[in-house]
Amino acid sequence: MTADGGPELVQLLTPEGERVHHPDYDVDLTPDELRALYRDLVLVRRIDAEATALQRQGELGLWAQLLGQEAAQVGSGRALRTDDFAFPTYREHGVAWVRDVDPLQLLGLFRGVTNGGWDPHDHNFALYTIVIGDQCLHAVGYAMGIQRDGTDRAVITYFGDGATSQGDVNESFVFASVYNAPVVFFCQNNQWAISEPLERQTRIPLYKRAAGFGFPGVRVDGNDVLAVLAVTRAALQNAREGNGPTLIEAFTYRMGAHTTSDDPTRYRVAADLEAWKLKDPIERVKVYLARNGLADHDFFDAVEAESEVLAVGLREGCRSMPNPAPESLFDHVYAEAHPLIESEREEFVRYHASFAGGEH
Amino acid sequence: MAVTTMAKALTAGLRKALENDDKVLLMGEDIGKLGGVFRVTDGLQKDFGEARVIDSPLAESGIMGTAVGLAMAGYRPVVEIQFDGFVYPAFDQIVSQIAKHRARSAGRTPMPITIRLPFGGGIGAVEHHSESPEAYFAHTAGLRVISPSNPVDAFVMVQQAIASDDPVVFLEPKRRYWDKADVDDTVDITRAQSPFTARVVRPGTTATLACYGPMVRTCLEAALAAESDGLDLEVIDLRSVSPLDIPTVAASVRKTGRLVVVHEASVFLGVGSELAARITEECFHSLEAPVLRVGGYHTPYPPSRLEEEYLPDLDRVLDAVDRSLAY
Repeated sequence: MTADGGPELVQLLTPEGERVHHPDYDVDLTPDELRALYRDLVLVRRIDAEATALQRQGELGLWAQLLGQEAAQVGSGRALRTDDFAFPTYREHGVAWVRDVDPLQLLGLFRGVTNGGWDPHDHNFALYTIVIGDQCLHAVGYAMGIQRDGTDRAVITYFGDGATSQGDVNESFVFASVYNAPVVFFCQNNQWAISEPLERQTRIPLYKRAAGFGFPGVRVDGNDVLAVLAVTRAALQNAREGNGPTLIEAFTYRMGAHTTSDDPTRYRVAADLEAWKLKDPIERVKVYLARNGLADHDFFDAVEAESEVLAVGLREGCRSMPNPAPESLFDHVYAEAHPLIESEREEFVRYHASFAGGEH
Repeated sequence: MAVTTMAKALTAGLRKALENDDKVLLMGEDIGKLGGVFRVTDGLQKDFGEARVIDSPLAESGIMGTAVGLAMAGYRPVVEIQFDGFVYPAFDQIVSQIAKHRARSAGRTPMPITIRLPFGGGIGAVEHHSESPEAYFAHTAGLRVISPSNPVDAFVMVQQAIASDDPVVFLEPKRRYWDKADVDDTVDITRAQSPFTARVVRPGTTATLACYGPMVRTCLEAALAAESDGLDLEVIDLRSVSPLDIPTVAASVRKTGRLVVVHEASVFLGVGSELAARITEECFHSLEAPVLRVGGYHTPYPPSRLEEEYLPDLDRVLDAVDRSLAY
């Protein structure tokens, strides 16, 4: 397997910021839309950096970094219609951003004040899923549902290169294929499953697996926001038109650690990181905008200033985030009253009330 | 509906649920043209179409995981796992996703999923076709676990399970599929007894037998046999193992002073263990003897030529009653 994604890689914007053409995919964006994508990329990277810092300061228990994967997430997320539904892993902070989820709600999960954080139906964005690959089946089930509703909505599900080894992901390919479900499988191949390189998951390029399941697979430059947008739009459109699933392999690189608990210096070499730095997803957009007169210093400064405001808000919001009320641990476990929960809740309240007035 | 089997009562219950709510979907292996390996879904695909009675690929986790997505899309999936021993590939989706989703989303994404699971032994089946996995599921917060013991309850309880906004593991005692009873198919399920409560199916004074699913008939037969020895046994059909209806069992034990819990599952850390603990806590001064448990042994389910030795029967139940009375 080639380290650069090989000739099959769909690319519309080179790492050097050159706009190139592809016979099958294109986007026609206004300057405003291009600048908006740049803004998304910068702000998403800033959220990630702030969250990483907050973890280092002890404000978060953990953070799963997306550094390097901004274009894959923003490009695919911006390809969605508002009424489409997205199923994330636990690293889709960029998709959450474009689905208008308050970044503070993402932090809540990693701070340990909630196991969820947002209303999936408000954003058409499911809760983060930590068990690897489970969400791909949820996405296919949701797609089977909207297929029965008779709408032209579509579903996207995110997963990584490691997840492609999971049974549930392969089962989701089977179900989507045989039912022709309107779903896009969006695999961010960031080359690493914690410490294990891609070679531990596959002997063939991941996008080629789709052929065995009977639907198209395409490999896109995951660091090229324009190409990701174009390829994802096409796949979603295909799904809407009743042509079933597509597997998109976004070829990218996890520039950070797996999570803040990980130490990538134990298993990968700095030279790889240096090579991928040259393919940065944000820098190429900046070069393209500047070189073509689509944005000036004032614009870049304004985005930088906005990211500063966002960061301050995140820091303050995170530190002042209240712990949940202790009794809330019994909430929402069941829809209808469950006598065991009720009796345990009463016991819990009674026990804590027994300390009333004292120090504890 | 007149006299019918439990299997046909379940079919009738599923049919009602499909008729009453167009969001109800059935999904499972071989449930379409074949009507399921026990024919419980017989004729339903023909009448409700392939979009609502769905033959699934042969992948249990796939069935369970797509049910999660269907539920999120507003549907009310009823999934059939062909046999008890085949539910484990779907265990992750049940325990990590279905059970937790409501709590994680603060109630915003309920999981009104019914997991139909033929369970238990006694039919001379090969390996992996006779297991009783209820304790795994009852141990998981967020799930409800119920089991009908007779055709009348089967008809009502399957509809109640589907109507519940909580995920319900619905255990069908496969050795009782062919038991018959007069089933009233005009029952209003909203007025029927809650499926999450127990029922005294035979009042008595000497000792209490608590059981569910396939063991209810066994215990009723034991109680009948004990009459000739002058024993008046009370039999409680628990019907639900999560939640467990402790008040009904406690009221009985306060009267009889003795409790024997009977199930096919191995007794170690089983439903009987929980009942023993709770009843000891709540009825300590009423007990004349320790709570005894009759159930499977801590072995893999045996080859079918040995299952009569493994499964509780009338004699083992009465032996436990004798031991209780001897205290």
